[in-house]
Formats: sequence, C-alpha cells, structure tokens
Amino acid sequence: MAENTVISIQDVHKTYVLSSKPSFWARITGRTQAEKRLEVLKGVDLDIHRGETVVILGSSGSGKSTLLRCINKLETIEGGRIYVNGHLIGYEEKDGQLVAEKPSLTAKKRTDIGFVFQHFNLFLNKTALGNVMAPLRDVKGLSAADARKKALPNLEMVGLGDRAENFPSRLSGGQKQRVAIARALAMEPSVMLFDEPTSALDPELVGEVLSVIKKIAQQGTTMAIVTHEMQFAREIADRIVIMDQGVIVEQGHPEAIFTNPQHPKTRALLKRSGIVPPQDK
Amino acid sequence: MDFINNTLAVFPALIGAVPVVLQLALGAMALALVLGLLVALARISNFKILRAISTVYVEVLRGTPLLVQLVYIFFVLPSVGVEIEPIPAGILGLGLNYAAYLSEVFRSAILSVEHGQTEAALSLGYTPNKTLWKVVIPQSFVVSMGPIGNYFIAMIKDTALASVIAVTEILKTANILNSQTFQTTAIYTAAALLYLIISLPLSRIVIVLERKARAIG
Ligand SMILES: Nc1ncnc2c1ncn2[C@@H]1O[C@H](COP(=O)(O)OP(=O)(O)O)[C@@H](O)[C@H]1O
Ligand SMILES: [Mg+2]
Repeated sequence: MAENTVISIQDVHKTYVLSSKPSFWARITGRTQAEKRLEVLKGVDLDIHRGETVVILGSSGSGKSTLLRCINKLETIEGGRIYVNGHLIGYEEKDGQLVAEKPSLTAKKRTDIGFVFQHFNLFLNKTALGNVMAPLRDVKGLSAADARKKALPNLEMVGLGDRAENFPSRLSGGQKQRVAIARALAMEPSVMLFDEPTSALDPELVGEVLSVIKKIAQQGTTMAIVTHEMQFAREIADRIVIMDQGVIVEQGHPEAIFTNPQHPKTRALLKRSGIVPPQDK
Repeated sequence: MDFINNTLAVFPALIGAVPVVLQLALGAMALALVLGLLVALARISNFKILRAISTVYVEVLRGTPLLVQLVYIFFVLPSVGVEIEPIPAGILGLGLNYAAYLSEVFRSAILSVEHGQTEAALSLGYTPNKTLWKVVIPQSFVVSMGPIGNYFIAMIKDTALASVIAVTEILKTANILNSQTFQTTAIYTAAALLYLIISLPLSRIVIVLERKARAIG
C-alpha cells in the first residue's frame, strides 16, 4: 500500500440476503424456498489518496451507497479487504481468514471516517450545536467547554454560527445537511464520505450544500462523494469513478471522463444527464 | 348548603393523607421507571433467556389484578417469612405492576427511534452500547413522556388500592372518618374531589409535555 493511501479497497464482495423468512406458501407446502441473494459488490478495487477528491457516479442500484457503507462497516462484507489509514476495517485477519472484530474496535476506527448521509440523520433531540458537540463529548470524551470550543468554529465554517441553538425541526434541509457535515468534520476524520448529500434537498437548497463541500475539498480533505450532480462532479473531482452493477467500469480525470468516455455505461450515464461527449456529436 | 359545608369540613382531615399518596406514587414510579426500562431492554436483547424471563414477567403482572398483587405481597409473603411494612409494600406492589406497563412503553419507544439515528451515531464512532444509552434511549424518553405522565396519573388513583393493605392513604382515612361520624356522602365526595384536585393539574402538565415532545420530534 502506497504511503499516501488513505482508503484501500481490495476485491470487496458484498451480497444481501433477501427475505430469510419463508413465504406463507413455502411454509404450508413444507417446501423450502431458495434463499434470495443479491450480489451487490462483485469485486471492487479502489485506492483513495491523501487530499484526493474522488467522485463516484453510477446509475441507481449500481452499489455506490453499499460501497461507501462498507468503508465504515455499516455493512458487512464477505470477501476482500478495506483499509483506512492502514487499519483493516471491521475484521481481524487470522491465518488469512477474516474474523469479525470487537464492536468497540470498529467504533474506534470509525472515528477516523466522517460519513454524511442522504437524509442527514441529525439527532432530533439536540440543537445544531448539540449535534456537533455530542460525539466530541460522548466519543472523544471532551468536556462541555472544550466540545463547544471545537464545535462552534465548525458550525461557522458551514455558515450556521447563528443557528447554533436551533433544533433540527427548525432548520431547512440544506441547513440540516450542513450541520451534519459540521458534526462529521468536528471529529477531524482523515476521510469524509458523502452519500448523495443533496439528493433529499429541494433544488434551491442544493447549491449551499455543494459550496460547503467544495470549501472542504479546497482545504485538502480526503473525500469520496456519491452524487448525481454532474457539473459539481466535474468541477470538484480529482478523479471520477464509474460504477455499474457492482463493479467499477471506468475511472479517470474528470475531463477525460466527460469528453472522452470509454465504457458504454459511462456514455449512457452522461447521455442521460444531457451531456454528449464530443466524439458522439 | 349543609352538604357543601360538611364536605369542606372533611377536607383538612383528608389532606393529611396526601403526603402518603405522594410517597406511594413517587416511590412506585421511580421503581417502575428503572425496572420498566430494564425489562424493556431485556425484551429486545439478544439473549433468549432474558427475553423469556422478561416476557413472562410482563404477562404475569399485566394478566393479574393489581389488587391481588398487593394482597399477595402484604398477606402471603409473610407466610414465607418476608414481612414488609404497609407503605413499602404498597410502593413495591404498585412499582412492580407499573414496571410491566412502562416496559411496553419503553420497548415500543426504543423501537420507534429511526434507524438513521443509530447509523449516524455508529458512523461517528459511538460503540453499540453508547449508541443505545446516549442516542436511542434519550430519544425514546422524549416519545415516552406523554404515556409515562398518563401512567403516573393512573398510579395516583391506584394508590387507593393500598387501603386494603393497611396504608392510611386518602380512602382509608375516609373509611376511618366514616366509621366515626357516618357522614358518608360528605366524606367520600371530599375524597373523590381530592383525587380530582391532584390529577387535573397533572393532566394539563402531561398535555404540555406531549406538545413539547412533538415539537422536538
Ligand atoms: N439493506 C439492503 N437489503 C437488501 N438489498 C439492498 C439493501 N441495500 C441495498 N440493496 C440493493 O442493493 C443494490 C445496490 O444498492 P445501493 O448500493 O443502494 O445502490 P446505489 O447507491 O448505487 O443506488 C440495489 O439493488 C438495492 O436494491
Ligand atoms: Mg445510493
């Protein structure tokens, strides 16, 4: 693994087991139905380097969220390895086999990975400031005063210094997402993961969140972003990764991807977003 | 006019029993809250034995009358050498019984906390235990506030049952007065009014709490 690799995803496989509960008919006929399995990640390899902004594009259902969620062990994997800062995530390696590690160890590794959800997931019983302070106190063990000192600049960074005392129910979607970003950033993770951070927002609120993410990228934060905002992807990405049906089909510099896409799936994806590569004109 | 004057005249004697009612209700509620939460956690735990024990507990305590449970604690337990004073026995009986009901409140409140809250906590580095105690349970309390308040009001009224195990609460005080003065109507009207005077303001408070909880959620 290279010195400056923050995330290293190696041959990751993920299968969802659907409906483990037998159907009514299967039960009364006594016939066992075949377990439905859905292989969502079929051997994904991806390295993300320090300071790099990687944008993951792909049609709905291609496995983008699953990949991000595997990186901080919100999902289990059956095969492959994921390292963050050299630490194997979620498992211990014993004689070449992966053994689940203690939850408290996974928790410790997760503090190094910031995650921003599509639906914000702010703590509803806490104010904006309370949300940013909570993990600083509960996870990092900071005193209330120290947590506040650390939380406020992060709220200000996302432009919400004046909303510190508001509960989530009093914030717009864009403001909620910015609080969620501040909450993740305040933990000073070495990488930030964004799963469609603007997909749940009204169109007029998308811009404020994207500009905060740009600002963070300019500060040199390592990031992986799943988004459908093509123009944003083109501007912010150091590298674009195209996923389809559980594999990475193409990756490269945004200009290369947007002007000279190689894979048919990439072309289709761009076309659907109204972007026609020059050679197709 | 006589009736009103007689009723008013009984109040001072009955008010003397209010501290006993509060002692019963507050003590039993404290027990019910702690035990109810533990039973709720047992019911959703990964351990089959804990789930079984807690389910049996809830079914038995909800499936038998509170009055019978109080009588059992006060009159039957001494036969196996466990003697409990009237007030502690009342607190124990009410507390154990209400714990069964509150455990259901807590259980459904815990399960109603959105999974996204749990995922956010985990992604920030909370351990599963910390996620439960710092994120899920505090939020489930917000949801439970109204039902807990309503159970507390119900419990105040149920303290009257403790009169059968020699606790001199309002009803028992009224019984004693009645046997001395035979002003039956005035005495029991005053007793009923006294319960109403205690529970009406409490129900207003519960309504406000519920409104507050909704504003947060
Ligand atoms: N918890 C789950 N259980 C079962 N199937 C799931 C689950 N989450 C996602 N899937 C399925 O896995 C596939 C990939 O999903 P996802 O990673 O969310 O795709 P994307 O984020 O690219 O839209 C989809 O077919 C989806 O229906
Ligand atoms: Mg997705």
